[in-house]
Amino acid sequence: MMDSLLEWASNNVQLVAMVLKLALVLVVLLHVAPLMAWAERRICSWMQNRTGPNRVGPFGLLQSIADAVKFIFKEDLVPAHVRKWYYLMAPALCVVPAFMTFAVVPFGPMVEVNGVHVALQLSSLNVGFLFITSISSLAVYGIIVASWASNNKYSMLGGLRSTAQMISYELAMGLSLLALIIYFNSVDLMEIAYSQGGPLMIFGHEIPFLPNWAIFKQPLAALIFIIAAFAETNRLPFDLPEGEAEIVAGYHLEYGGMKWSLFFMAEYAHMITASGLVATFFLGGWHAPGAGAALAFIQSHLHFTDQLLYWLTVASQVLAFWIKVVAFMIFFIVIRFTLPRFRYDQLMWLGWKVLVPLALVNIVATAVAIAVAVT
Amino acid sequence: MLIKREHGFLQRFYLLEILTGCLITMKQWFFGKNITYQYPEQRRQYSPRYRGQHYIKTVNNVENCTACMLCPTVCPADCIHIEAGERADKEKYPVKFEIDILRCCFCGFCEEACPKDAIKLSNIYEMADYERRVYDKDFLLIQRAKK
Repeated sequence: MMDSLLEWASNNVQLVAMVLKLALVLVVLLHVAPLMAWAERRICSWMQNRTGPNRVGPFGLLQSIADAVKFIFKEDLVPAHVRKWYYLMAPALCVVPAFMTFAVVPFGPMVEVNGVHVALQLSSLNVGFLFITSISSLAVYGIIVASWASNNKYSMLGGLRSTAQMISYELAMGLSLLALIIYFNSVDLMEIAYSQGGPLMIFGHEIPFLPNWAIFKQPLAALIFIIAAFAETNRLPFDLPEGEAEIVAGYHLEYGGMKWSLFFMAEYAHMITASGLVATFFLGGWHAPGAGAALAFIQSHLHFTDQLLYWLTVASQVLAFWIKVVAFMIFFIVIRFTLPRFRYDQLMWLGWKVLVPLALVNIVATAVAIAVAVT
Repeated sequence: MLIKREHGFLQRFYLLEILTGCLITMKQWFFGKNITYQYPEQRRQYSPRYRGQHYIKTVNNVENCTACMLCPTVCPADCIHIEAGERADKEKYPVKFEIDILRCCFCGFCEEACPKDAIKLSNIYEMADYERRVYDKDFLLIQRAKK
């Protein structure tokens, strides 16, 4: 039985690998919301000299489960004045695009199993860049449907703010990525991640002790992308769509219970996707600088088989990717509890008058630099 | 009042300011000391002068109170209700001594007015309850032990 199963698996590596990859990514994405909710509450309370939730389970880790139980047993209220169909559809519309973008993010290199090449990426789209920009703009539909269906003026204002914000920052985001694409000469995320390996090379000069990450070569693009990522995820300092002091809670004002927590999940899914994109585009993707040397050192003492060494390398690279993602998520939290919310005109000013021109300048500069370097 | 602050170029550039701000939050995160109490386990110690829940002092299991009516007279909230009676040894004593704790404003005048040091305010501050209680004499007599 076991033998025949293994034989079937070795004949269908792609299928088995697909199921396993899906399981990994879905488990991570679905568990990021409760874990992040806990982490955010703990970290924010530490920053504010408090303790945070520490009662349910060890270190309060089960707090999110207690919250989920509460959400499930809350009355599933649909206010009388809402458009019911759209009202119920909006949370789903919000969550689905948030989860979809991660499909093209590579969380590990190409691996070889039984002679079959498997990309550690859910879908090896060769237009990954276009997929990202288009899906991330779909996210605004969930918010605008929620705000419109709620039939509430504060929700409406939140939805309008969110739409304007997303449209303005999407442009800066796409333009900043364009410079990156000119530089890497590829729109495939796997290729972009691959070309960031090794030590830092600038115009053919090797710079020691620094990895070949795009953040060192395209710092302006990285800065613009990160700022735009904050705006696209509706996180502070760009959380105008839900500015509590001005418009109560914005687009999810009329939602409660599990429907509200779906918006919450969508926000965290957007965060992890944005972190994954930043890690892939600017922080070297799954490249783990130093891991290869460390593993070679361990091998010279412990004498693994080559097979084991290969898989350990892959494991260290996958781990490196998730470490980068988690580090950037923590950066999200630190920024949230450091900066106050922008005023609306400041937000628009930053988007249209600073980031978009800067991104355009960056594209031209990159293009000129590459043209000069090539000829 | 509108205060105009002059900002230098680096402050208006904002990015370095964000980093300094992040460092401050990170400093609080890693080195900041908790200023909160883990309530049911740790309790705040109030000063001895704190005016909390009332009790009636006893000597040899006999309450000090002689029902002189000074405390209900001085009470600005009018929350003390005493009915006087006579003991077998002709001493005056309170048959009923009730404090409507919901009306009490914890001013401590009763404690100050009392010539026999009978009514006192303790350090107990956990007086939440499920019903609107009026503290009766029996309850007030045993509260001293909880202090």
